[in-house]
Amino acid sequence: MSETLVERHSGAVAGPIASPKELLPYAIFAGVLLALLVYFVGAEEGAASLIGGSSVHEFVHDARHLLGFPCH
Amino acid sequence: MVRSLLIRGMLVGLLAGVLAFAFAYVFGEPQVQHAIDFEDLLVARTGAPPEHELVSRGVQRTLGLATGTIALGVALGGMFSLVYAYAYGRIGVAGARLTAAILALVAFTTITLVPFTKYPANPPTVGSPDTIDKRTLLYFGMIAITVLAFVAATRIRREYLERLGAWNAGIAAGAVFVVVVAVAQLILPAVNETPAGFPADVLYRFRLASLGINATLWLTIGLAFGAAAERLLAPADRRGPAPSAELAS
Ligand SMILES: [Zn+2]
Repeated sequence: MSETLVERHSGAVAGPIASPKELLPYAIFAGVLLALLVYFVGAEEGAASLIGGSSVHEFVHDARHLLGFPCH
Repeated sequence: MVRSLLIRGMLVGLLAGVLAFAFAYVFGEPQVQHAIDFEDLLVARTGAPPEHELVSRGVQRTLGLATGTIALGVALGGMFSLVYAYAYGRIGVAGARLTAAILALVAFTTITLVPFTKYPANPPTVGSPDTIDKRTLLYFGMIAITVLAFVAATRIRREYLERLGAWNAGIAAGAVFVVVVAVAQLILPAVNETPAGFPADVLYRFRLASLGINATLWLTIGLAFGAAAERLLAPADRRGPAPSAELAS
């Protein structure tokens, strides 16, 4: 592994594949949507509530605890 | 390119979520049940009527658990692919798979492992509903601090690479990371909400299971995304002047 790393350091490193400009729209749109997904698993009807009640919280309850999010 | 990576990231995340569910069902659920049994015991002692269940335990530990782990897997896989698209070719290592493996290891360390040392996962019954706002803020805050400390450390490493050499620049960066995280952990308030009499073995096994679930998520994302990305990026790699392009295979 380390030999591979060293060998590849000697000029074999491929260049970047995406410019920041190219990434920005994805980071915004996909980033927000994916963060919303994390929110629903991790925090909806806990610290904050978007859709009210507690059905989402109760449904993903075990996952929330086991994945390490604060709950209860 | 970014779009293709994003789609692959989310699919890989789906797979990671399924495997994390399997791990969670086998190693995590028994501990959740022990914790709930303990809670029921406490409630029974006070003579209060048992709590009304909105979603049955049977649904919570199967469909609910799977939905949660898969949704998080897809979200993390998607985010991972975007970070990957930025990091590829910029972090000083070549190879689609090596880049993915390193990123996943960093993600597991900074998002799960290090924050866990301050605010570990807790089973049901451990934790007061009154403090959920504070605990949620502290939890995500600790993750943010750890990730930012890591980013700062990599910058410092790069900054001193020429002057100190790779080894010592790495030590300097590592020291900055450790000091920032340690100071943050000393300053941030502790959360001590384990009820008296809660079985310590259950708490230990639950937390170990939680680490295992997160490790399963990141391990799958790191390895599977690396394989998927290599297929996508291989043609571009071969065009490069790299005689050792096949070495990492
Ligand atoms: Zn809970």
